[in-house]
Amino acid sequence: MENNKVKVVLGVIGADCHAVGNKILNYALAQGGFEVVNLGVLVPQEEFINAAIETGAKAILVASLYGHGEIDCRGLRDRCREVGLTDIKLYVGGNLVVGKTDFTEVRNKFLAMGYDRVYEPGILPDQVIIDLKNDLGA
Amino acid sequence: MSNVLLIDFGSTYTKITAVDVEREIVIGTAHGITTVETDIMDGLNQALDELFAITGKLEFAKVLGCSSAAGGLKMVAIGLVLELTVEAAKRAALGAGAKIMGVYGNELSEYEIEEIAALKPEIILLAGGTDGGNKEVIVHNAKMLTTLGLDVPIIVAGNKSVAPQVVKILSAVMSEVVHTENVMPKLNELNIEPARGTIRDVFLRRIVEAKGLNKANKFVNRMVMPTPAAVLKAAELLGKGTEYEAGLGDLMVIDIGGATTDIYSIAKGDPNKRNVALKGLPEPFGKRTVEGDLGMRYSATALFKAAGAKMIADFAGATETDVESYMKKVEENVEYLPQSDIETKVEIAMGRACTRLATERHVGQLETVFTLCGDVFVQTGKDLTAVKIVIGTGGVIVNHKEPESILKGTMYDTSTPQMLKPESPEFWIDEKYIMASMGLLGEEYPEVAIRMMKKYIVRR
Repeated sequence: MENNKVKVVLGVIGADCHAVGNKILNYALAQGGFEVVNLGVLVPQEEFINAAIETGAKAILVASLYGHGEIDCRGLRDRCREVGLTDIKLYVGGNLVVGKTDFTEVRNKFLAMGYDRVYEPGILPDQVIIDLKNDLGA
Repeated sequence: MSNVLLIDFGSTYTKITAVDVEREIVIGTAHGITTVETDIMDGLNQALDELFAITGKLEFAKVLGCSSAAGGLKMVAIGLVLELTVEAAKRAALGAGAKIMGVYGNELSEYEIEEIAALKPEIILLAGGTDGGNKEVIVHNAKMLTTLGLDVPIIVAGNKSVAPQVVKILSAVMSEVVHTENVMPKLNELNIEPARGTIRDVFLRRIVEAKGLNKANKFVNRMVMPTPAAVLKAAELLGKGTEYEAGLGDLMVIDIGGATTDIYSIAKGDPNKRNVALKGLPEPFGKRTVEGDLGMRYSATALFKAAGAKMIADFAGATETDVESYMKKVEENVEYLPQSDIETKVEIAMGRACTRLATERHVGQLETVFTLCGDVFVQTGKDLTAVKIVIGTGGVIVNHKEPESILKGTMYDTSTPQMLKPESPEFWIDEKYIMASMGLLGEEYPEVAIRMMKKYIVRR
């Protein structure tokens, strides 16, 4: 049954309309055994949260590819706490910042913002699926 | 014998329409005062006497009724997230012709339960969670509803995984708990038809009796639905047509009353412009919205607040003082009709303000988002710019000398280009006030109803 699959919310945050990676991830995650609630591009934080509440999703996967990731992604963890999504996993990936910043610095910044996993550019969907299965015990 | 009698038990008037379904004509219309508090048959008989005085005694092969008497069908809609299942539940109830007393989301509190009890709803629609989604909140809300202290029919239309549990919890104290399909089985997927149908069933089984409408049962073969549902049905028939009788295509219906303004649209509402992304919940093809703060009499003060004196004064070519004093006058004395030229102008302007604001709340909006990939247009709600037919119905418009000046409020306005209102509509008037009746007739004779509407609803 489809409904026994673990649900994850997927989307590209902010004023970002890069759609290709989103479609690839959607496909890969579905193949990997997850039910993907894909919100597509141009997704505000509220929509990620509303979707996660209503569908009972176990993780939110945020993508940002246009360099404004730091601004757009800030505060998502706090909002999740506020609405009662206490156990939800938050993953983020893409081109999170502009320029050649050391990725360890970027990772630490996003971990401090409350994300559980931070992916650097070029990571393959397989890694995300492995991580999800580990983190969610699914 | 091919005569059919159609009755609309309204909040004030009981309106009857006698039609000959073979010749496809209206034989006559009449009205009486609605007497639901005493015996609903009194008002009906009064209307029948008036009718027979014109037409002579008639026999009817069939009598069908709809009702908005005694406050209409009062409902409360409950969901989880405001923009998602709460909105879906609200739309299902509106589509079923209900009057929505309150909408609630998240876990209900004791205060909210008290509030709901005070609203005395006649049906509660309980949704929440997509199928396989959130389970805790709807279960919590079911438990809370058992403390309501009222025996209210409850329709359960939430997460299917816990539906049996929810029904069981509620059935322990409520005598009527009905389960139907989830109003939102998947995120952003609207599925309101099953809930609409179930609301109607419960209305027929329970509410008709509770409201004393069953006293008309000897005379009326079938009390079919709440009046707004009949109007929606008529609009859907006229727009979509059937296999055997073509419809008119996309249309809107405006019904202004003393207390509320109802807007119906029969259209898919997909973007007409290119490069537009859709956002938000999908829209029902036949959509009804009701504005409780926009009305010509009981809601005059609320309308004054919502529209502002300036808008109405500008429409009327009157001063703001004229507007304020007239609107006060009509709310105090709801029977009052305009006596002078200036009062007539203000009256029309009020109607136009109702139409304008209610349409703006009904239609979709276009927003430009500036992104690194260029400007992107994002549409929320229905694009009704291409709608060609706007129909005016209801006492205020039908009995008006210049209904088209009221309906102008529906039109696209360059000062608010983001509102996707009809750009160049024709105005049609339901002169004989038969739309609700045609919705009833359409239950049994859909093609006849469509042809009669084409004949009796006239283009101005």
